[in-house]
Amino acid sequence: MSILIDSNTRVIVQGITGAAGSFHAKGCRDYGTQIVGGVTPGKGGSRVDEIPVFNTVKDAVKSTGASATLIFVPPPFAADAILEAADGGIRLIFCITEGIPVLDMARVMGALRGTGVRLIGPNGPGVITPGDADRPGCKAGIMPGYIHRPGRIGVVSRSGTLTYEAVWQLSQRGLGQSTVVGIGGDPIAGSSFVDILDLFQKDPGTDAVLMLGEIGGSAEEEAAAYFKKNKTKPLFAFIAGRTAPPGKRMGHAGAIIEGGPRPAKGSDRPSGGSADGKRAALTAAGVRLIDSPANMGETLLRALK
Amino acid sequence: MKLHEFQAKRRMESFGLPVLKGAVIDSVQSVAGALAPLGPGPWVLKAQIHAGGRGKAGGVRVVRTVDEAKSFVSGLLDRPLVTHQTGPEGLMVRSLIAEPAVTVKRELYAAVAINRKTGRPTLIVSGEGGVDIETLAATSPEKIIRVEVDPWRGLDAFQARDVAFAVGLGGDLLRDSVRFFQNLVKLFLESDAGLVEVNPLGILSEKGGGGLPGGECLPGGECLLLAMDAKMTIDDNAAFRQGDLLKGADTADLSEAERRAAAVGISYIRLDGSIGCLVNGAGLAMATMDIIKLHGGDPANFLDVGGGASVTQVTEAFKIILSDPRVRVVLVNIFGGIMKCDVIAEGIVQAVKTTGLDRPLVVRLEGNRVQEGRAVLAASGLQMTSATDLADAAQKAVALAGGRS
Repeated sequence: MSILIDSNTRVIVQGITGAAGSFHAKGCRDYGTQIVGGVTPGKGGSRVDEIPVFNTVKDAVKSTGASATLIFVPPPFAADAILEAADGGIRLIFCITEGIPVLDMARVMGALRGTGVRLIGPNGPGVITPGDADRPGCKAGIMPGYIHRPGRIGVVSRSGTLTYEAVWQLSQRGLGQSTVVGIGGDPIAGSSFVDILDLFQKDPGTDAVLMLGEIGGSAEEEAAAYFKKNKTKPLFAFIAGRTAPPGKRMGHAGAIIEGGPRPAKGSDRPSGGSADGKRAALTAAGVRLIDSPANMGETLLRALK
Repeated sequence: MKLHEFQAKRRMESFGLPVLKGAVIDSVQSVAGALAPLGPGPWVLKAQIHAGGRGKAGGVRVVRTVDEAKSFVSGLLDRPLVTHQTGPEGLMVRSLIAEPAVTVKRELYAAVAINRKTGRPTLIVSGEGGVDIETLAATSPEKIIRVEVDPWRGLDAFQARDVAFAVGLGGDLLRDSVRFFQNLVKLFLESDAGLVEVNPLGILSEKGGGGLPGGECLPGGECLLLAMDAKMTIDDNAAFRQGDLLKGADTADLSEAERRAAAVGISYIRLDGSIGCLVNGAGLAMATMDIIKLHGGDPANFLDVGGGASVTQVTEAFKIILSDPRVRVVLVNIFGGIMKCDVIAEGIVQAVKTTGLDRPLVVRLEGNRVQEGRAVLAASGLQMTSATDLADAAQKAVALAGGRS
């Protein structure tokens, strides 16, 4: 079992004729994903490595029956690509593109509200439900497939390579993953930690969840409140950026500690997005914090024995 | 990217927002010429730096004579100004803004920012201006009014009226305030701003006929409101459509290293420690800094060479890290995902051969074709310490750096 995608999911790739789009479309297909088509306006009728290319998402959906899309469209056109996917009948959108203007995302989220369309990303590695020789999987993203093992740990993260590090540690210790979701490092994310935790909570194939947060925003604090309220499956968390200085954007557009003085102890004022504020909220909610990024796999292994 | 007050005010003026006609001063010689068109004085002089807290730090003064202005300017120009937001090194003052000094009846606060939780722009207004909004948020959150804005539509007139009445801007002030709040949101949306802040927003007069005369402020009429200070940041991701706005932005605060990094697509932020970090991916780069600290060391920088980590990027990254004299050890932490470790190892070897290496190097490689990668490093004859995992890498780097810096 898994969340969001499995071996039956039919996926198209928007921006399939670009360098990243074609490379990763093949990578996903080689992993076993049903990459049933691609979209590049003006390149309809051509093929990328046998994958048919369409001019519009509507055409692609009509011909292939796709329900999910993986977007590699460059930042100035990415918001339009997301809106086109939603309008074309796609229900599940994975946007890999990094560098989309924040206000474009604000407008996209406004347009998607109430439509039932789920957006994961942007600026994230995508989603993978690991597979092996016996169990076919599905990779809709840019992550290296070989580090994953099918299993019962859910992983959700705002980061790319840090997620690979965590997955690697889990797989090395025999802890497979049900699904690994990268919600992305942008200030406005299509899906939040809470959205994904809720899916893992309802998934009978997931026993425990590892959450990789970082400085900036309040998605981790919201996850803490969700955990406290819903008494979910065991939740483990690592928060990156304890040593990050305030006011500086740490690589990800959303990874910035904002605001003035630190809130007083016991204050419910947002922490400005500091790692310490997030860690305090998660600890208070009963989430199991992992201090060292070297101990992610080991901590889960010991706790779940 | 941050704009200076005078840049933000020029932009505000073009959106019909009431600002004073000011002059920019960038030398003592230009003081008299700058003040002449601003009337007889007194004038307000304000240092232009990308940080708040200027008033308390001595960066703002009301002056009555040209001589007084000159002596204030000469004391500030080309020197760092330290405020509670700049850090101990302060920020270099390269220009000042001069405006006629005005007295106001009341001061309010107005800003537009993105609410990350809801994903919407939000108009934030308080009847108490001139204070630190963070402090106000902590002590009297009920005094702050927030209105969420539809990013497609902008601020509706009724929303603007709600805000105006809530902070006591009725009567003759209503029409001006509604226009002010709507235009402020319009400015935010059309500039791809991350933040637009007016603090204080001055009320010059409660009644029509008492504000600044026409031409000083809004064209064709008097203005009852006045944006006394202005702060604006622009979303770097919108550079492709806000080129003109960003072209004028002052990037002198960026260090040489930060500039070089940005040119090749590397994120680099200098910190105070002694262990230089070279990592692929922002999350892993932060985690690497954190684990150095956990093992008793201090990171000298945040550096993300990108998920791919090309040879060019790795080479430039080495040069940037080694240009920092405080760096005593370099720690490379690469998780080869799609990239093969042997290709990355070749990149490291090439980079080190190009740049030369006068300090100890710790390398932790993991992921795709890691054995081949380690073999490349071993065969290169480079002096380095190999680490097996993250913790091992941090321990070895900290030991070589001699503990805390």
